[in-house]
Amino acid sequence: MNFLETDLHSLHQQLVNHELTAVDLVKDTMSAIDEHEPQLNAFITTNQKKALAAAEKIDAEGIAEDNLLAGIPVAYKDNIVTKGVRTTAASHMLDNFNPVYDATIVEKLEQAGTIDIGKTNMDEFAMGSSTESSFFKPTHNPWDLSRVPGGSSGGSAAAVAAGEVFAAFGSDTGGSIRQPSAYNGIFGIKPTYGRVSRWGLIAFGSSFDQLGVMTRRVKDAAPFLTVMSGHDAKDSTSSQRPVPDFSQFIGQDIKGLKIAVPDEFFGKGIADDVKAQVEKGIQQLVEQGAIVDHVQLPHTKYAVPAYYVLASSEASSNLQRFDGIRYGFRAEDVKNLKDVYVRTRSEGFGPEVKRRIMLGTFALSSGYYDAYFNKAAKVRTLIKQDFEEILKTHDLIVGPTAPDTAFKIGANVSDPITLYMKDILTISANMAGVPAASVPAGFNAAGLPIGMQMIAKRFDEGTIFRAASAFEEMNQYYLEKPSFKGGNA
Amino acid sequence: MNFETTIGLEVHVELKTKTKMFSPSPVAYGAEANVNTNVIDWGFPGVLPSVNHEAYRLGIMVALALHAEVTKETHFDRKNYFYPDNPKAYQITQFEQPLARNGWLEIEVNGVKKKIGIEEMHVEEDAGKNTHGDDGYSYVDLNRQGTPLIEIVSKADMNSPEEAYAYLEQLRKTIQFTGASDVKMEEGSMRVDTNISIRPIGADKLGTKAELKNLNSFNHVRLGLAYEEKRQAEVLMSGGQIRPETRRFDEASGETILMRVKEGSDDYRYFPEPDLPPFSISDDWINEIAGQIPEMPEKRRARYVNELGIPEYDAGILTDTKEMSDFFEEAITDGADPKLASNWLMGEVNAYLNANKLDLAQTQLTPANLATMIQLIKDGTISSKIAKKVFQETIKKGTEPKAWVESKGLVQESDPTVLTPIITAILDDNQQSIEDFKNGKDRAVGFLVGQIMKQTHGKANPKVVNQILMGELNKR
Amino acid sequence: MISKDQVAHVAELARLSFTDAELEHFTTQLDQIIAMEHALAEVPTDGVAPTTQLTDTENVFRADVPVTDGPSRDELLQNVPESKDGLIKVPSIIDKGEADA
Ligand SMILES: [Mg+2]
Ligand SMILES: [Zn+2]
Repeated sequence: MNFLETDLHSLHQQLVNHELTAVDLVKDTMSAIDEHEPQLNAFITTNQKKALAAAEKIDAEGIAEDNLLAGIPVAYKDNIVTKGVRTTAASHMLDNFNPVYDATIVEKLEQAGTIDIGKTNMDEFAMGSSTESSFFKPTHNPWDLSRVPGGSSGGSAAAVAAGEVFAAFGSDTGGSIRQPSAYNGIFGIKPTYGRVSRWGLIAFGSSFDQLGVMTRRVKDAAPFLTVMSGHDAKDSTSSQRPVPDFSQFIGQDIKGLKIAVPDEFFGKGIADDVKAQVEKGIQQLVEQGAIVDHVQLPHTKYAVPAYYVLASSEASSNLQRFDGIRYGFRAEDVKNLKDVYVRTRSEGFGPEVKRRIMLGTFALSSGYYDAYFNKAAKVRTLIKQDFEEILKTHDLIVGPTAPDTAFKIGANVSDPITLYMKDILTISANMAGVPAASVPAGFNAAGLPIGMQMIAKRFDEGTIFRAASAFEEMNQYYLEKPSFKGGNA
Repeated sequence: MNFETTIGLEVHVELKTKTKMFSPSPVAYGAEANVNTNVIDWGFPGVLPSVNHEAYRLGIMVALALHAEVTKETHFDRKNYFYPDNPKAYQITQFEQPLARNGWLEIEVNGVKKKIGIEEMHVEEDAGKNTHGDDGYSYVDLNRQGTPLIEIVSKADMNSPEEAYAYLEQLRKTIQFTGASDVKMEEGSMRVDTNISIRPIGADKLGTKAELKNLNSFNHVRLGLAYEEKRQAEVLMSGGQIRPETRRFDEASGETILMRVKEGSDDYRYFPEPDLPPFSISDDWINEIAGQIPEMPEKRRARYVNELGIPEYDAGILTDTKEMSDFFEEAITDGADPKLASNWLMGEVNAYLNANKLDLAQTQLTPANLATMIQLIKDGTISSKIAKKVFQETIKKGTEPKAWVESKGLVQESDPTVLTPIITAILDDNQQSIEDFKNGKDRAVGFLVGQIMKQTHGKANPKVVNQILMGELNKR
Repeated sequence: MISKDQVAHVAELARLSFTDAELEHFTTQLDQIIAMEHALAEVPTDGVAPTTQLTDTENVFRADVPVTDGPSRDELLQNVPESKDGLIKVPSIIDKGEADA
């Protein structure tokens, strides 16, 4: 068995028919990890023992015909807390942290019988687009090992693309699920803000953060998202709306689907090969009966500055709890309380995290709040309105996910602004809280994956599954497998 | 130079709920360290707050009792600062749109009535508790972390320590009558911070204010403010300047002591709390809560005077605490004569509470037992002298008065056929007293009553004794 | 143009410390980032309400019912760097006060 060859339904059928056991799947997973991890560094922590015990239990109980997720090995980004399993957010600050409770999505997925294989690498506290700001190690892209997997959910994306696990979960604050999905040639969806409970997600930007799922195939993501979604009393911002079975949208045709293509998504700074491939994809959608309009999202160029002020402000507050007092790292030889705070935080956080804490603290500080935080919050309203306006008359907004393909490890680390601008296409969906996904859209001449982004109305993830699965059927890019070559891992 | 004083008060009051403001862990006192805490109270990574409905309801109730306008469209904000008893390093509070604004209370000092404005009030979470060891370490207990608070910020409308005292009394009383809080300073369920400044009379700009903290009683507030008035005047008179500083009141010396000089304003970096959806408080809910507010002391006081014939002063004392007022009303419901019940509560009961430093609830006295005792006195079953014994018994042990009086043979003797032979016998033995009486010496009657009481071990009904005695004396 | 002193003040608020060289470097970077932020100033926002969250609900309350089945005190304490008798131990608080509530 290899996750690169199989879809969820056939795996499930083999489990039900006893041609395969959950324990077999865990063992296959562990050997795939043994094989690829030395090159990839997709995981921070694996827990073979826990996974085997869970699989044995599933096998003993038997897998019901209608329980699609039972026995399926999955991995969680390491900012999703897992009871009894070290959770670090890829930070020195939490490298010894052992959570005493499970995130709501972990509870729900375990309830559905998925097997937790381990915790994936990420940018420290999800701040980054390359997984290079991880305290532990950079993750490598399985399509070209000298390149980044994107970020911040780079470990999750690489693990899925490499077939180490069947599905992985990530968080998306400004594109952290979609951009690495694009870089790794997989499907990744960030649902509507409020669709999935954030309880147990280590907060970065609380009004932006959403949990989502990444799989190689579009249709395989649907049942996971269905299970993850829904109101949770522990997260007051989670929506009370009923959750549809997202699988019902798979395979529906897209005749008459109204697609908006924003000019701003094809402007300066978007690589030609990315543009060409995504335009080709849009043409395919038209051939299937979709109606395409070219539209404007006039405030797009302000999305990056507004996002960095707002998300960093929230982060500066959210990350204050990491103070060396109740959990996590505490600096050695601290003399007094001030020392505990300053030395713990200065030694425990990496440079990118400090940069954002500094920016956010500045934007909220006395005398600057109106010019920065409040101004950005007003611009956010305008960005949100741009989306609402377009989505009143269109079902979907389509464009590239990222302005380029995976870049070389180390290429951008010293220049934060260049790195920030790479989020330009993904950030807007978080600003507006709308659902958005990256769908595999082929490869450039160098064989690097390209992602097509689909953005829908709030709580209309169904339309994304409908269009993305139709697009997938036409191209079947998932048949391509990563080379595990290039560079020196 | 003469100065005028300007005082503003910030009062924190703990709301009486079963769970915390933003987490479902229990609110309880005196528990072992960190027992009543959960992952939210600890600010663990990944946790989220949720708003206690009851705390918000009580907050609105207090706001309405303080005549304030409840804010309809509101949200919570974060106040950011690092401290070990503040686990998230931010407090969830209301900053931009507080729970309510523009309230007032009426106070009376030396017979002069005055309205004190309330700027705003908001609900928020309390911090945990730090204790400081001698070992160079501090210790943090998070049991109190998250306890619901309402912070009430007065306008700077008070011009003397006495007015501040009266405001606090009135505030405490009003909140107590809503039932929203115990409002006890000694237990920390009410905490007071004050701001005080002075300026030359006629000056149009307020003086620099000092903040006075760590005040343990209303009396300390009054003494601390009085000391500050004097200190600031002395500084200004000697040509000095008042610095913006935080001071504390030292009980032992009666002085205020510098804690720290404020350098610029604190920068709390407030911003809207993204983890909690906004609130749109409906008129229906506000009206519903208005209907749930128990009768306030002023109303009760007027009712006691007008309907029960209680003197104004007595009615004021009976409505000083909700406990006393509720007790009084229950005793009446249980059949006690209102005037007698009032006299007992104001007299014997209060004296007992003061002497033993107890609250009414800490004694065994019940309204029913008080009512029974009063009935026994009224119908002549016991004398007022015996009543004092009965009172001690029932307030200490909760004994039912009627049964106890009967079992102890303390019932008053009111039967003339029993008392007359005793009285005539005593008269026979005291001819001199009869003479004295005839000669207009009233003292003689007192002596004879004393003899009769002695003979009857104090059980004779004085009223009946008096009647028979006067009749017999006039016969002789 | 943000000054080194301003950056130092922000660091103080955030309880971070930097060496002089780091401070220099951070000042340059923050200055670039803040310069990027100045693009926001050109957007007309008169009469535009700020968006600070995106939830689709309002008036979300929790009933006042205690929940006590969560992690025990010992579990809560298990990640504490130093504790004593169920209390969290921290090097001395210099002003020995209580925080403002
Ligand atoms: Mg205050
Ligand atoms: Zn307060």
